[in-house]
Amino acid sequence: MDYTGITDSDRAEMLAAIGVKSLEDIFSDIPNPLRLRCPLDLPGPLSDIEVEKLIGGMANANRIMHSFLGGGAYRHHVPAAVDHLSQRGEFLTAYTPYQPEVSQGTLTAIFEFQTMICRLTGLDVANASLYDGATAMAEAVLMTLRGGEKKNVAVSGAVHPHYLAVLRTYLWANGIELREITPRGGITNAPSATHAIDSDTSALVAQSPNFFGCIEDMEALADIAREQKVPIIQVITEPLGLGLLKKPGDFGVDIACGEAQSFGNYTGFGGPMLGFLAAKGEYMRRMPGRLVGRTIDESGREAYVLTLQTREQHIRRERATSNICTNQGLCALRAVAYLSLLGNHIGGLAALNHRLTALLKHRLEEIGFDPVFEAPFFNETVLRIGGARGIAERLRREGWQLGLLLEDMHPGMTDCLLVCATEMNTPEEIDSLVHVLKGII
Amino acid sequence: MSAIFDKSTPGKSAFPVPQYDIPDFDPVPERFLGGPPDLIDVDEADVVRHYTNLSHMNFSVDTQMYPLGSCTMKYNPKMNERLASLPGFADLHPLSGDACSQGALRLMHDLARYLAEITGMYEFSLAPAAGAHGELSSVMIIKKYFQEHGERRTTVLIPDSAHGTNPASVAMCGFEVKEVPSTPEGDVDIAALELMVDENVAAMMLTSPNTLGLFDRNIRRIADVLHGAGAFFYCDGANLNALMGITRMGEMGFDLMHVNLHKTFSTPHGGGGPGAGPIGVVEKLAKYLPVPRVILEGDTYRLDTGYPSSIGRVHSFYGNFLVCVRAYAYLRRLGAEGLRATSETAVLNANYLLAKLKGAFHLPVDRLCKHEFVLSDRGLPNGVTANDVAKRILDYGFHAPTVYFPLLVEGAIMVEPTETESRETLDAFADAMLAIRAEADKDPDLVKKAPHCAPVKRVDAVTAARRPVLKWDD
Repeated sequence: MDYTGITDSDRAEMLAAIGVKSLEDIFSDIPNPLRLRCPLDLPGPLSDIEVEKLIGGMANANRIMHSFLGGGAYRHHVPAAVDHLSQRGEFLTAYTPYQPEVSQGTLTAIFEFQTMICRLTGLDVANASLYDGATAMAEAVLMTLRGGEKKNVAVSGAVHPHYLAVLRTYLWANGIELREITPRGGITNAPSATHAIDSDTSALVAQSPNFFGCIEDMEALADIAREQKVPIIQVITEPLGLGLLKKPGDFGVDIACGEAQSFGNYTGFGGPMLGFLAAKGEYMRRMPGRLVGRTIDESGREAYVLTLQTREQHIRRERATSNICTNQGLCALRAVAYLSLLGNHIGGLAALNHRLTALLKHRLEEIGFDPVFEAPFFNETVLRIGGARGIAERLRREGWQLGLLLEDMHPGMTDCLLVCATEMNTPEEIDSLVHVLKGII
Repeated sequence: MSAIFDKSTPGKSAFPVPQYDIPDFDPVPERFLGGPPDLIDVDEADVVRHYTNLSHMNFSVDTQMYPLGSCTMKYNPKMNERLASLPGFADLHPLSGDACSQGALRLMHDLARYLAEITGMYEFSLAPAAGAHGELSSVMIIKKYFQEHGERRTTVLIPDSAHGTNPASVAMCGFEVKEVPSTPEGDVDIAALELMVDENVAAMMLTSPNTLGLFDRNIRRIADVLHGAGAFFYCDGANLNALMGITRMGEMGFDLMHVNLHKTFSTPHGGGGPGAGPIGVVEKLAKYLPVPRVILEGDTYRLDTGYPSSIGRVHSFYGNFLVCVRAYAYLRRLGAEGLRATSETAVLNANYLLAKLKGAFHLPVDRLCKHEFVLSDRGLPNGVTANDVAKRILDYGFHAPTVYFPLLVEGAIMVEPTETESRETLDAFADAMLAIRAEADKDPDLVKKAPHCAPVKRVDAVTAARRPVLKWDD
């Protein structure tokens, strides 16, 4: 029932070649008191059919509904070609490309991914990926702390609350203070940002579009950072917005980081996601993670290779720029295949996502929902309605997920819902939602 | 091979954006709008051909044996891919709420329980996204424990044979790293360890079996020395593939550990991830595990964040869930006896290859190995190095072993065949290694200029680092 390729007669001959009598003998170096006396207490082995039925049943026990959920994971159409290419065994079952001569496929794709992230963010250098948006933000902040004496980081309170939580975990381990800038009207309050920064601050961090869907005035925040002489980090959870909005590079942002799941990866109950990190050229040698560079082989042909590895843990050990080793390679491959297919239509797709969300907001306002913030938004926005929890619950029973209840994450935001429409939601679906809601409210 | 950017032609298109006839009720103000995008214009056939042709330039487990030591490149069953792509998992939004996610939560809950049984730990968290992420989370747990107990311990001990991620993870938590020497027989030098352990030591990290592929015969004594000083014993679980059903980290005296699901539990490596690095702990450390945790109340599964002592969140959501689906499928398919057979065969295959190769290559420590073993390039004639052997074996159609790791063996050649290779494949690999050994004598240039049959010749890494070109420019 196992996946081994050794027959009984092979085993006997192999044991003889080793010079031992039994399988027991090849474990004779493990002291007896440590040896297990009885089998592991696990459910018995199953055939493929049984496993597929069991796990298929678990998949069916999840409920996939009409959804307007966003909040850091976005439902987008994944072209069939993306699934097909990422399932090719040569990509799927290869290791990190340490032997460049037999890894040019993976290396070229990562080089292309780096290029696309640079073009989308308007920055000079991007790495091969990080685990997810939250850890990418934490790594970005650590980049600004490394080798210095800074003691705190100023972070907008309109950053995704999970990202703030992960950053708090990482900073606690390093004895660094997280200064949260309380937002006002759904966006980072500029005077508070100025006030939060002092000579011990390593960076100013803001998300745009932010957790509430609002587009931040990154130009003003970048000016504050410049005046206070700290680098500014822009966090992005929905990079599709880069097809429509100004790029981090346009504002002089030093480091852009966040989540690129939207590019050809499924929401997958939150993992695997795809963390990305891009920066100005001066940060190149402080970047965490893999970087692929272009070079030549001995015959002068163009080739790609993992480079600047002296930053990394397997060479630099405790002095590395990060501990990261395995990252999200296959998700980056999916992203680059997706972005190749989408190409310059990214602007049209981003605009459609925005228009659908504006339509959703408009229709919901017509039936009694109130806007919470006035700031412009991209593809998600916060609406309030009395009894939101009960309404969401009744909708769920009818097969609809309207949005994310914010009061669990932001006490004080009672009855507030973060709603998001993507190209997966048609105008007709929004009409149906409104129809169902009219029967509930 | 040209990049996809070379194929861009204005006017081509592979992505029909839906043209819904809807007004824009809330136009984004002009001052926030950017210029036209700067990507590419290609058609679908261009994209599929480009990446399919790129894939042909890769070695992979699906195409050949990949005996990369320390990486456990076993065959990845295709059923797992089918299951991970079920819409009930792939399309599940992480913020759907417990009521809509019962199947996923049950799978996570059960997988954590099974991992605890396999390793002898008390409780597992699936949140860390990779082995190094698991190490980092675990070192945070250790830090949190001592903080809560009012102790300021400054040091973590790491053997000279350790993976680079170990010291890097320790440094990310503000601990100082001290290196513990190994004996010539490949065990931790107990006498040296005893001198190093004091009230400043928070923990020691050790890979078991160690990175030489050897089971440390003094493992219980190491645990006792650490515990005697109030320090924790951490297991880097990268090599769990050697031990399933044979012994457990709990029995060995470890207090916490990570498991690489993308090694032992056969989830594909994807050219560098996604993996998953669940962490397991003994009972007294359970309250420090990352949040959220999956709990079972009655017959309902729930994500719970109510742990005031927790180190906090370490991931945007709950870790690499779809990787966990694959690992769960693998585990259920094999059961206890299948897992044990897996480890037995992994160790059998490694010892068989070792027996075939040890006469031809220098073997720094000659004793039973577990799932992998380390040779070295010492004594190879005509200046042939480990790197040359690694490049030449590519011409024979095998991926290279890991070379120059672990660091304590100069010119290391680390071979991990895994249990999924047949005897015929093991024999063919051994024959190729022996042929290379003969070539080193008779035709060293053949080895030193290898590879000859790979998609590209040796790649100039020095120039790449000296003048980095990290993106495509037209």
